[in-house]
Amino acid sequence: MKKIIQTLCLFVAAVAVSGSAYAGNITVKGSDTLIILAQKWAEIYMGQHGDVKIQVTGGGSGIGFAALQSQTTDLCDASRKAKPTEIANCIKAFGKRPTEYKVALDGLSVYVNPENSLKELTISQVGDIFTGKIKNWKEVGGPDAPITVYSRENSSGTYEFFKEHVLKGKDFAASAQTMPGTAAIVQAVVKDKNSIGYGGAAYGGGSKLLSIKKDDVSPAIEPTEENVENGSYPIWRYLYVYVNPALDKDAVAAYLNWIRSDDGQKYVKDIGYFPLPKNLRSN
Amino acid sequence: MQLSQKEARRTPGWMGIQRGHKARPLEWLAEKFIFLVSLSTILMVFLIFVFVAREALPVFLGDTDTALVSPVIPPAEMDHHSPAELEKYLELTPAQFKAMDHDTLMSLMDVKVEAANDIPESFRNSRDARINTTEWRYLLLPHQWDDYQKPEYIWQPVGQIKKFNIIPLFVGTLKITLIGLLFAVPLAVGAAIYVSQLARPRTREIAKPAIELLSGIPSVVVGFFALLVLATVLQKIFGYQTRLNAFVAGMALGFAVIPIIFSIAEDALTSVPRAYTQAALALGASRWQTAWQIVLPAALPGVFAATVLGFGRAIGETMIVLMVCSASVMSWSVFDSARSITTTIAAEMAEAVNGGPHYRILFMLGALLFAATFVSNMIGDFVIHRFKTKLEGKR
Amino acid sequence: MSEVQSPKSEVPGRHFRAEKFDFWSFFFSGLTGLATLFILGILATILINIIANGWPGFSWHFVSTTPKKDFFDIHTTGVFPMIVGTTFRVLVMTIFVIPVGVITAIYLTEYAPSNSLITRIIRAAVNNLAGVPSIVFGLFGLGFFINFIGKNLDVLLHNANAVWGQPALVWASLTLAVMTVPVVIVATEESLKAIPPGLREASLALGATKLETILKIVLPQALPGIMTGGILAVSRAAGEVAPILFTGVAYYMASLPTHLSDQFMDLGYHVFVLSTQSPNIEQTRPILYATVLVLLLLTFALNIVAIIIRSNIRRKMRSLH
Repeated sequence: MKKIIQTLCLFVAAVAVSGSAYAGNITVKGSDTLIILAQKWAEIYMGQHGDVKIQVTGGGSGIGFAALQSQTTDLCDASRKAKPTEIANCIKAFGKRPTEYKVALDGLSVYVNPENSLKELTISQVGDIFTGKIKNWKEVGGPDAPITVYSRENSSGTYEFFKEHVLKGKDFAASAQTMPGTAAIVQAVVKDKNSIGYGGAAYGGGSKLLSIKKDDVSPAIEPTEENVENGSYPIWRYLYVYVNPALDKDAVAAYLNWIRSDDGQKYVKDIGYFPLPKNLRSN
Repeated sequence: MQLSQKEARRTPGWMGIQRGHKARPLEWLAEKFIFLVSLSTILMVFLIFVFVAREALPVFLGDTDTALVSPVIPPAEMDHHSPAELEKYLELTPAQFKAMDHDTLMSLMDVKVEAANDIPESFRNSRDARINTTEWRYLLLPHQWDDYQKPEYIWQPVGQIKKFNIIPLFVGTLKITLIGLLFAVPLAVGAAIYVSQLARPRTREIAKPAIELLSGIPSVVVGFFALLVLATVLQKIFGYQTRLNAFVAGMALGFAVIPIIFSIAEDALTSVPRAYTQAALALGASRWQTAWQIVLPAALPGVFAATVLGFGRAIGETMIVLMVCSASVMSWSVFDSARSITTTIAAEMAEAVNGGPHYRILFMLGALLFAATFVSNMIGDFVIHRFKTKLEGKR
Repeated sequence: MSEVQSPKSEVPGRHFRAEKFDFWSFFFSGLTGLATLFILGILATILINIIANGWPGFSWHFVSTTPKKDFFDIHTTGVFPMIVGTTFRVLVMTIFVIPVGVITAIYLTEYAPSNSLITRIIRAAVNNLAGVPSIVFGLFGLGFFINFIGKNLDVLLHNANAVWGQPALVWASLTLAVMTVPVVIVATEESLKAIPPGLREASLALGATKLETILKIVLPQALPGIMTGGILAVSRAAGEVAPILFTGVAYYMASLPTHLSDQFMDLGYHVFVLSTQSPNIEQTRPILYATVLVLLLLTFALNIVAIIIRSNIRRKMRSLH
């Protein structure tokens, strides 16, 4: 028994004394939206470059910025642009604004049940449905049935983005049901005839994706890959990586370059997002 | 047999300490050390409260300001203002201010101007734009925000105008906890009565550890089970609209709380003196009558304490509600979604800007929660203490 | 023990009344029995559901692989780093919690004057620690260990980058230690109290000091009880996710945690993230169930070991008296 305790203590002591900074070590922290993609990139890059170690943690865009500011991470994944407070905090911490890189596109589609006869809606109609102003399908040209609204929880970046851009900042209807993930929304919409939901454009799986019109006179655009990439589909956002300018060199810069190159971008589709348009890539 | 002083010095004792008064100083030190380590538990409770409340202090003191539109100082006029004014405007400590050069300060001012320009027109002119939404008035009382038809309690910390009313969270917590208790207490107390009073000893030996095994299931697993299986089953039975709602969460919470209430209630029931049971049986009562009319009233303080502790655990449970429920809807209906305080902290801390008003309000909720469980624990302790002394006095 | 029958009296009127009594007693006894059955039924349902759904995905390969390729393919993924992460944090926690818990329990049983204010305050503090919500522990870990101790440690050690002032294994373990210290204290106290005072008195009569008695006589006897406490604490900590959310858990790490300042992966957290954020719920369902099965096996195994040790001790103690 004593021996076991002694060896344990030695182990802890040995481990405690060592620091943990070694060259070729990249820390990535931040958005949970990006985490699966970030992990895939890390996996592939480390497979190609054996001397680099990449560590990916989630926690949310807020946590990513906090880590950036306290200089405990090299890269910060963010599913939204940095807020002014966060930029100010970075300036206070290391004297410069963080450098912003766009790394992928995310298009949000509006899902309805496959049996729903509607094919398209304008953005303002979608906004009104989700804020609760429009309560019945017949008001937008569908059957006479009440609309069941599915949404995400308010800690989700998807939620925030949809709220800002489609609802124009207004609050969701109190009767909107929240689901814990995009996959859950899709499942719910497929089961419920009169439902509507939103989520990443690549998750559709089984539900019907509506084409969206910017306003009454524009053509309805389908949420396909090309439409999202060329910007004609109106509901889309960038996914970002922020980095401290002082750290943006050597291994970190090489990794960032790879992510934004054709090589890195071809994995984006597997995770459900869209690759950057050619003019934004790094080579 | 006592060794003589000489012999004692020659024979090395434990740790080289000789018998006799030479051992005292080290012993005294060791005893003081033991005492100090025990005091650390008090220290821990104190530290928890202090450090959680510390992050929330600005909200308590009214130092946070989330007004959307506030006066902006153009960077060009930076030199017209005193260092004190600039420090307040840029939220810097005097030490930080001194350490910064002119360019850095300019870029901070630029950021402020950009922030002001980023606000969409529709919000700039809203009458809510100048409200500091972290004032206590908005945290506790309903307010009619723009775009709403009547004053409402809204917890909506995301967006241009952040609404931090904490009442929906309290209502959600209460709803889920009460449902959980309503479900758990009758079951757990009933089972406790059965296992301690009515069952055969062999049944008792199987049932008691089995129910206590339920407490060994991590709450993540219970939440997972509720999310995948329970929600679907209940929806088929009851046919309500929202699949993930307070009812499901409450029931899952009940599952997790049952073992605790059962354990303590069963202990309380078994520690009622056998003489009571035997006297009642001798007088002709059935086992059930004895249990219900004699033993239970005698053990009532213990059972009550069990409920209080179960309540404390239910209020503090995070993972189950986090996986099952997600929206904070201000409604008393059991079949609507609800969000408890613990879930809100766990889910929203990730996206909250570190050090910002949202972050501080989440810490404030944590401090309030801690205070609530502290009080309920004190009550439970007090009752158990009274119960023990009463029983021991009678013995 | 046979049920005491209500007297079936010779007097006709009483006979009728006695039968009615029987029914209600029977009814309520049955009701409480049903309650017990229902609870056991819930336990069985949860267990069967998880075992049935998790067993197909569960294999030695699953338990021992570090996922290098497709994270979401049940055939190539594995939970080895999560198991390692969970084990490490629980091990480090044990190193902190057992000494503190045992010493406090020794104080409370052997040294504390029974009615002094300090003793009551310490007991109240222990009970309070047991009742604090787990998320508050997470906030405490963030606000105290990381933001206060960690940051100051970095300043003291003149670290250029924050090494200790960020989520790390050691802070998560310390947070869990604070959370589970009541479990260890209660279990140790139980076992210390069960040792007959005669043993202590004999030792003192032979000339040992109080401290020597405790260290050489009482503690070795109480060791099984302390182990039970440790095992219960470990099983409780292994299943908790809320306290580690902000204090050190990571979703994906390239390598296993080797330093106290590393972050770690965790079984429970993995279940949580996958079930709420996974892109394809059909695909991840078998992985989820298998991971839950692993977690359950871990905590259950520990619990069962603790229960066995505890009943062994109880039997031994009974024979001592």
